[in-house]
Amino acid sequence: MLELKNVSWKLEEEDKWILRDINLKVQKGERLVLTGPNGGGKTTLARVIAGLREGAEGEIWLDGQRIDGLDITGRARAGLGYAFQQPVRFKGVTVEELMQMAAGEQCSREELCHLLSQVGLCARDYLGREVGNGLSGGEIKRVEIATVLARKPRAAVFDEPEAGIDLWSFDKLIQVFGDRDRWPGALVLISHQRRLMEVADTIGVVCQGRLVDIGPREQMLPRLFGEKSGQCPWDGGND
Amino acid sequence: MKAITEKLLEVVSDFKGKLWEKSAYSVREDGGCAAIHSTQHTHITPKPDGSGLDITVDEGTQGETVYIPACITHGGVEEVVYNDFHIGKNADITIYAGCGVHVEGEEGSRHSGIHRFFLAEGAKVHYIEKHAGEGQGEGKKVLDPQTWFELGEGSLLEMDTTQLGGVDRTCRITKGKVGKDARLLVRERLLTEKDQQADSQFEVDLLGENSGCDLVSRAVAKDQSHQDFSSLIRGFAPCTGHTACDALLMGQGTVDAAPRLAARCEDASLIHEAAIGKIAGEQLWKLQTLGLTREEAEERLVAGFLK
Repeated sequence: MLELKNVSWKLEEEDKWILRDINLKVQKGERLVLTGPNGGGKTTLARVIAGLREGAEGEIWLDGQRIDGLDITGRARAGLGYAFQQPVRFKGVTVEELMQMAAGEQCSREELCHLLSQVGLCARDYLGREVGNGLSGGEIKRVEIATVLARKPRAAVFDEPEAGIDLWSFDKLIQVFGDRDRWPGALVLISHQRRLMEVADTIGVVCQGRLVDIGPREQMLPRLFGEKSGQCPWDGGND
Repeated sequence: MKAITEKLLEVVSDFKGKLWEKSAYSVREDGGCAAIHSTQHTHITPKPDGSGLDITVDEGTQGETVYIPACITHGGVEEVVYNDFHIGKNADITIYAGCGVHVEGEEGSRHSGIHRFFLAEGAKVHYIEKHAGEGQGEGKKVLDPQTWFELGEGSLLEMDTTQLGGVDRTCRITKGKVGKDARLLVRERLLTEKDQQADSQFEVDLLGENSGCDLVSRAVAKDQSHQDFSSLIRGFAPCTGHTACDALLMGQGTVDAAPRLAARCEDASLIHEAAIGKIAGEQLWKLQTLGLTREEAEERLVAGFLK
């Protein structure tokens, strides 16, 4: 289980709180989708969980282990996965090498191929390619997701996994995120896509740095998509 | 051969415990000849004045590999060697060259290998050059290689040149002329650390119609080391040329990069690029999220960059 207790984070340069008192629990096998207006703090929250933003207040627990005192590596080794919203490109690192780093020595080439095929990539064509400018935005995004899946994390945060991905690969991703037998960890998906929300058990709304609403999918979808005003109903407009 | 020479050969010339039976080779050790061997189609002959070698590859020779390494096992050696490679029409071969220097004392050593390549029409050469220094001595390990070339019609010279540590000072000069339909491909990899200094200079004249050059240098400057990179591609005919220098800075390392182009024909298409910077923080973060420590991540990124 991934649990956040009163997590806050302040942008020191501007003396501004970006996240305030976030509390949530994601059980093993649970899919939580976090949505909300742009600039509401979702990506910052994902980065705080993964350890990419230092100086956060509050507590983060993973399967009974407190991890907020650990650095990025420590959290990864504790079983936390994190997929970047904008994947990183590398010079001289191939898809296979990156996948092997992610999986560790126990992962065979066949397993890597299978993981890549799950995100819609034909492994034979991709394993030897550099994770660099030769890959399109959608391709590198799928490699990014595959590296997280390769780690078989206890809990993982995917920041807008659908961004830049074509319709057919998106279908495969939805299957992956929905397959609780194959991927039994706790998953946090940051997304604006209704189709991803439909595989969620729970949906939360992050707005102005706060978790302003959270509940079961069946309750949250009508609230999110029943609103016709064109405005986020939780966004009061005050900073 | 000395044990140190064998160890250096493993680093610079694909040596695996014994000399290359089916290939032509010449092993230079501390200024003298340790071993020399020709084959039916590749002839290695010492120059009459003792200044180096003439390596002649017969027309149409296919798939042969030639080894021309030089090793220095102690301080106090200073040498300049002239090796000329005459590659026959439509030959297709691989050449391993390079130099390893081992110094233990306070006295340094310097090797300058001046390799000239003359490729006949349709010849193809893959030239693999490695340089390395080792030993705990205070004496400076200095390597100043020069590669000159004349590429005949439709020929190809593919050059992989690497220096991955241990060399205190180097001045590397690569220059030559590319003929009609000929191509030059260069991949340089340079790593400097501590207070090492490297100067790498390229000068290529694209003389023939449809000639081409692709010159890519990747450099890592660690600690207090410094590197200078300069390249000049001149297009005198309808041709394509590309030069790029990509450098990573670590610690207090510094790099000066100056790629230059000169078009002397309106149909010359020339491009240059240069990028210098430290390892991107997000690259380190990504590998850390995969469970690597920051130091492991840096190591992997540098190894990949210089691959």
